[in-house]
Amino acid sequence: MSEDLTALAYLIAAICFILALRGLSSPESARQGNMIGVAGMVIAIVTTLASPNVLSYSWIAAGILIGGAIGTIIALKIQMTALPQLVAAFHSLVGLAAVFVASAALFAPDAYGIGSVGSIKTASLIEMSIGTAIGAITFTGSIVAFAKLQGLVSGAPLVFPGQHLLNAALGIGAVALVVWFSTTESYTAYWAIVALALALGFLIILPIGGADMPVVVSMLNSYSGWAACGIGFTLGNTLLIITGALVGSSGAILSYIMCKGMNRSFISVILGGFGGEEGAAAQAVGDRTVRRGSAEDAAFIMQNGGKVIIVPGYGMAVAQAQHAVREMADALKAEGVDVAYAIHPVAGRMPGHMNVLLAEANVPYDEVFELEEINHEFTTADVAYVIGANDVTNPAAKTDPASPIYGMPILDVEKAQTVLFVKRSMGAGYAGVDNELFFRDNTMMLFGDAKKMTEEIIQALG
Amino acid sequence: MSPDKMADAVEKAAASAGGDSLMLMVTVFVLAIFVGYYVVWNVTPALHSPLMSVTNAISSVIIVGALIAAGPMEVHLSKVMGFIAVVLASINIFGGFLVSQRMLQMYKKKG
Repeated sequence: MSEDLTALAYLIAAICFILALRGLSSPESARQGNMIGVAGMVIAIVTTLASPNVLSYSWIAAGILIGGAIGTIIALKIQMTALPQLVAAFHSLVGLAAVFVASAALFAPDAYGIGSVGSIKTASLIEMSIGTAIGAITFTGSIVAFAKLQGLVSGAPLVFPGQHLLNAALGIGAVALVVWFSTTESYTAYWAIVALALALGFLIILPIGGADMPVVVSMLNSYSGWAACGIGFTLGNTLLIITGALVGSSGAILSYIMCKGMNRSFISVILGGFGGEEGAAAQAVGDRTVRRGSAEDAAFIMQNGGKVIIVPGYGMAVAQAQHAVREMADALKAEGVDVAYAIHPVAGRMPGHMNVLLAEANVPYDEVFELEEINHEFTTADVAYVIGANDVTNPAAKTDPASPIYGMPILDVEKAQTVLFVKRSMGAGYAGVDNELFFRDNTMMLFGDAKKMTEEIIQALG
Repeated sequence: MSPDKMADAVEKAAASAGGDSLMLMVTVFVLAIFVGYYVVWNVTPALHSPLMSVTNAISSVIIVGALIAAGPMEVHLSKVMGFIAVVLASINIFGGFLVSQRMLQMYKKKG
């Protein structure tokens, strides 16, 4: 295949990827967009296979077969509630692949036309080291994120004295190594960069708490894009540069949206440590009393209301309660009650987490609303059914400047006539903040497992 | 022109061409960021999870670099690394697109 033809095919592939993202502006066009994305990938792979550099196909075929089989099995078996950790795991693979590609380019630069061993162009060496460093950070960072989301390690932030100093020192060290490597092409320097970046990935994500995971997952998404970009620059491949830039900016925008959803700066999330002090919350509860209710009470109140807004949070995902919630909504709708869902941007552990779970439970997407769309409707709602959400409904965010979540946009559930709050026990949310909503006159606490409680309500309704 | 000078001139020309291609890549890079910026702001928040898995799948286009490393006839270290990268990227391509499709299939309208 001639060079021009290859470039043209890569351009078409890049356009396919842009269209794939464009499709996500609505659920109908998204499925088609995904298919266009697949087409783009096929074009990219076939074009590369036809290039004069690729002479032997047996290893490649074996690699695609092995990888494809593993990927297919995982994608078909995975539970939708485990999606955040799956995405984190996938990010780690992109990062690792970037490290391997950069290393391959270092050992066989002639295959990519960037010089020969010992005399690789300086620009390529710089690009290579940056690509491999971002890839390595993405790899270990995603592994930590995966372990936290999967519950293999505690979701609590892990902080130790001198942490930021250590990270800063490692960062400066990495820059120094990049300079050393790009001037000498030393393998020692290269592996030192990889090792240092791997360590940095661990250290950056470890101090970040569970509630900040939506930011972390989007941030790693962004990193995986920049890693692809770095490799694209190294190899002089525009398709990789374009795709990497698309992914990188997408992840960056998601991180921004998530930070805004928590009213926190990106820097403060990265510095970590949020949600560490649970002690402060426990004492605040003191001797204040809450109004408890049973499933029957809840069923009665909702049945007699005209409009119920359901507010799901991470707790719904943990309890796998989405199907029960949908059944409850069906039962209410059968009684003529208006039902809608309100989603906070940072509810759950990844952007859009709640939307996927509700979609899985066959909730029509036009009953599901974002914060800005629905927040004014709580005043006219008879019941707000809060299931597994806590911090995103805490009125302290509006009233208490001393609260760690002050200024965070929240769902105004307290404006509904009655708030039904499903909760396992009295305890603070992930932010370690006491929710003053529990003690309000119009709040009824439903203590129990989210799924069991919802099922009991369905029975009481029937 | 002596052969030495000629070689010099060729080298300079090559170097400046290399510089141009770097600027070209930077141009492509910056424009692609802008395209990404405008396209992604149009994505509906309800589809942010599929957005992550789709972007994840397409970032595995890094397989292009892996295929070239795994392509030569003779076996050496870079071919092995290319092979591993092909496996990793393939997991992502198949897994990423399939899981996106699974997710997107679930989004339904009322009725």
